[in-house]
Amino acid sequence: MIITLPWLKEHLQTKAKESEIIDKLTNIGLEVEGVKNNPGEFGEFKIAKIIKTEKHPNADKLKVCDVDIGGKEILKVVCGASNARDGLLTIYAPPGAVIPKTKFQLKVAKIRGVESKGMLCSESELNLSNESDGIIELKIKESEIGKSYFRSKSEKVIDISVTPNRADCLGIRGIARDLSSSGIGKLIPLKKRKLKQTTEHLIKTSIKKDPNQGCLTFGSCYIKNIVNKESPEWLKNKLIVLGLKPISAVVDITNYVMFDLNRPLHAYDADKIDKEIIVRDSKEGEEFEALDNNKYKLKKGMCVITDKSSVLGLGGIIGGTKTSTEFETKNILLESAYFLPSSIRKTSRDLAIDTDAKYRFERGVDPNFVSRGLEIAAELIIRICGGQVSKFIITGKNTQKNNIIKFDTNKFENLIGIPITINEAQKIFLSLGFQCKKGKKDLNVEIPSWRPDISQDVDLIEELIRIKGFEKIKLVEPERKRESETLNFKQKLFHLSQRSLASKGYLETVTWSFTDSKIDKQFSKGEKEISIFNPISSDLDVLRRSIFSNLAIHLKKNQDRGYEDLSLFEIGPTFFGKNPGEQQIVVGALKSGKVNRKSWIEKERNVDVFDLKADAIQTLIELGISEQSLFISDNTEQYFHPGRSGSINLKSEKGPLLAYFGEIHPGIIKKLDFKEPNIYGLEIFLKNILEPNKKIRQTKKSFQVSDFQKSERDFAFVIDKIFKIGLLEKIIKEIDSSIIRNVTTFDVYEGENIPKDKKSVAINVTLQADDKTLSEKDLDQISKKIIEVVKEKTGASIRS
Amino acid sequence: MSELDKINSIFDAKISAIKTKEELQNIKTEFFGKNGQITKQFKTLGSLNPEQRKEFASKLNKIKDDITNQIEQKNFEIENLEINEKLKNEKVDITLPTRAYRQGKIHPVSQVIDEISSIFSEIGFSVAEGPDVETEYNNFTALNTPEDHPARDMHDTFYLEKNKKLLLRTHTSPVQIRTMLNGKPPFKIIVPGRTYRCDSDQTHAPMFHQLEGLHIDKNITMGHLKGCLDYFVKEFFEVKNVKMRFRPSHFPFTEPSAEVDIGYKVENDKIIIGEGNKWLEVLGCGMVHPNVLKNVKVNIKQYQGFAFGMGIDRLAMLKYGINDLRAFFETDYRWLSHFGFDPLDVPTNYRGLSK
Repeated sequence: MIITLPWLKEHLQTKAKESEIIDKLTNIGLEVEGVKNNPGEFGEFKIAKIIKTEKHPNADKLKVCDVDIGGKEILKVVCGASNARDGLLTIYAPPGAVIPKTKFQLKVAKIRGVESKGMLCSESELNLSNESDGIIELKIKESEIGKSYFRSKSEKVIDISVTPNRADCLGIRGIARDLSSSGIGKLIPLKKRKLKQTTEHLIKTSIKKDPNQGCLTFGSCYIKNIVNKESPEWLKNKLIVLGLKPISAVVDITNYVMFDLNRPLHAYDADKIDKEIIVRDSKEGEEFEALDNNKYKLKKGMCVITDKSSVLGLGGIIGGTKTSTEFETKNILLESAYFLPSSIRKTSRDLAIDTDAKYRFERGVDPNFVSRGLEIAAELIIRICGGQVSKFIITGKNTQKNNIIKFDTNKFENLIGIPITINEAQKIFLSLGFQCKKGKKDLNVEIPSWRPDISQDVDLIEELIRIKGFEKIKLVEPERKRESETLNFKQKLFHLSQRSLASKGYLETVTWSFTDSKIDKQFSKGEKEISIFNPISSDLDVLRRSIFSNLAIHLKKNQDRGYEDLSLFEIGPTFFGKNPGEQQIVVGALKSGKVNRKSWIEKERNVDVFDLKADAIQTLIELGISEQSLFISDNTEQYFHPGRSGSINLKSEKGPLLAYFGEIHPGIIKKLDFKEPNIYGLEIFLKNILEPNKKIRQTKKSFQVSDFQKSERDFAFVIDKIFKIGLLEKIIKEIDSSIIRNVTTFDVYEGENIPKDKKSVAINVTLQADDKTLSEKDLDQISKKIIEVVKEKTGASIRS
Repeated sequence: MSELDKINSIFDAKISAIKTKEELQNIKTEFFGKNGQITKQFKTLGSLNPEQRKEFASKLNKIKDDITNQIEQKNFEIENLEINEKLKNEKVDITLPTRAYRQGKIHPVSQVIDEISSIFSEIGFSVAEGPDVETEYNNFTALNTPEDHPARDMHDTFYLEKNKKLLLRTHTSPVQIRTMLNGKPPFKIIVPGRTYRCDSDQTHAPMFHQLEGLHIDKNITMGHLKGCLDYFVKEFFEVKNVKMRFRPSHFPFTEPSAEVDIGYKVENDKIIIGEGNKWLEVLGCGMVHPNVLKNVKVNIKQYQGFAFGMGIDRLAMLKYGINDLRAFFETDYRWLSHFGFDPLDVPTNYRGLSK
């Protein structure tokens, strides 16, 4: 909502300064979003004089001008205009100024080798006209040099953000009323208008009793023999300030009354109405051409103003071309009506129309101001255009009864924390136009018809504290006490896994929860695709089923910027259904490129599946799962390389799935056209990590170590190629866990000297007893046992 | 000069000239070998009478120890020289680069969520969460924003279906509804989370983060709300005093409603929070609307309280001088490395929020 101080002061008698009024507006909830000079913020555009022009040394069509802008210094400005000449008064824009037409910000720049400080402007560059041929030629006194060009013409414009509950403040008078309540001035009573109603109302009006009827009141008058014309200056200026284009006196008056009093009106050319006005529900498929020059096909049940033959307007939203007023219009029907906010809202949403009238009706205009609105507008019309006005005909509900709400001062104190006296409350209510009946501790407050937002006592409490001032509320220091845990188990896991991945060299990122369906499809595990009905763009059209979708997109972008060795992760929701809660928190990470590249100290090495396996395992350990209970297998999803990926389940293959890790499927890499194709990923499914039973406070296992000598033995087994080494290690470990402390594979060999379907596996076994140093004999015995058991369980033989 | 003194002086003369282990070995043999000079003297002991023998033996032993020590000492010196000589050839250029190291980072949004959680933890708030996909009822209707309410226009909502029943939550407030429907008062929660609006330009992203706060108990007034937010703002910006302004506003789910501005000034292109005569809007708040409490079956005769909501990304931008919201979600490796936080930098109460 835009206001100017002179206009405000037509309703508010005040001596307050501009800055006081602006502060007050914000303090009572009418937030001032900006104060601007009109038009725009052009203070820096100065009146200047060209002292001397010279030809540009390097360009035939350019001139170098010495420009006087009223300061000590004469500036050099390069100008291409043919009319730039000695002695010309024109408009100068300094470096830093933004040219209104192009939105281009000026800088000190060299133009063909000559420095230019700012520029001289054409009318079109300043949006003053379309004249772009040459710079502006001013015919004013030389004493104006150095002054802002726009200063004299400008009127300050205050832009107020009116919250959706305050329909009444969509008229300047409503704002004035609020200000008066805050004590900054007095609300000037509306002038009584003497309106002679000397002619007959020639058009019958009716509101049909239709099921959706959105019109409660339809008031109108007939005005004949007017001379429609351009509005007088004062009226035109008022509309220009609001950013509206003056059209004709009749239209401008209806707009003026709307912005002044929040009372939308509409004027019809009465001679174009077919017999009578009928307000009714629209029929399915009815067509209507609106004043915005669009044709609308209506749905059933929209509130339309019609005559005998067609639709003339969408009630409270927009009028139609058929009965629009022109300069030639002689007789008009002036409408002042009340429409239901819900009906307005539905129709305008279905047809996607937004107008100033619609904006007001859907928030709620004063239903009891229908005939005052007619009176004020009609008086203005005959004052400016002449003519005779008829009696008003009000069809439908004439007035609505005001609500009465009981207000109790105790309730105020209970909610706000400070007391209020009954007298103070009454004073504030009265100043807002609320009538009060006083009881002992309470008031019966009558809510004025222009305040549809007040429906219960808490609304009254807000009015009081809003006007009294929020700064009066004393703050109560918070108590530093904690009765329940801040984070639950799942939240702790979330937090831990974030820190855990980041500590392994991954950069955390946050990406949208939606993604590109084409890419998401690659990473799905078979969940149904969840489309967004109104996506922001076609490549963000689904909720992601995998963290990988966006990570892959962004990894590629980084590669395109030249960064190939990357570790990224995100922890957040992925979706497996469209219902609330059909989502889970997943940690997803991608690692690409080489571990080291162009290193003087180490051989270059590609990131490989065992890097990701280590990161996945170590993260799970850090999340509280013991290494022994991690079961690793090569069951994975289709988006991984089938031979270089794996999964981690809890305890067994059938246990809850904790993680996947592996190389991203080369097919996907190719499809997405990655520059560096060596890309691996891991996923951890936090929902499958269950809270340990902590009823008994867990202590760590008692600390026991053996002080006896430990020994190591190496074995080389020749074993079936497909046999899993993880299982082989496990078999050995389980032979005698009291002595076999560690089993680790240090070489795997296939090829020469080994049968085609076999591989040679070199395993190091650490042996140590709790009760003695193992003798050669003991060691031989256990070694023999290892060889025997391995042979028996796997068919492997020891390599000779 | 006695025989022994002679041996001693011969040794002294020789030992000082010795440079190598080999020479040292030779001298060892010369004195202690089978026919070594010292060895020889020991052999003479038998031919002496007991008195002479005692005196001679003690003198001889002293010389023997002395020479042994000197040889050891020399040996140590030579070894040391040899090591040092060897080390001279082992010098590396210590300014050469190390093996590659990938430094991980925590995203600023996560860091700020942890900071905020830590602050509210101190005064007894717990963290609650809710789903990103919400029902139209939880997101709007239950929050006193019925279908034809113009406030719905202020939320450009992503819907999952044409009938607009399922949507991506436009704020974290529906978690208020879920929490209150599923529990009994008192409630004291904060809700950090992802929120969505189909709006995208330099200052708006289609996804952003909000923090919701809710405190419902007996006798909670607007004074408590003020105290809670005053505490939060000071702790978060790590300043002792903050100029704060409560400005009346409107949210369908609170009444009275306020927006909160904090004072700031700009010095050397940097925003300094807490002082100065400019105002910056940081959050919205108010007393929970009785209609909302009725919708979630909280007895409004006994319970009342406040709620607030703020933009986490914006707070992160203010605190850490980040000027582009869109960059938060663009996963630029350089940006993440620059604005990200060390994973060990966990905000805590006892150590302080930031390093």
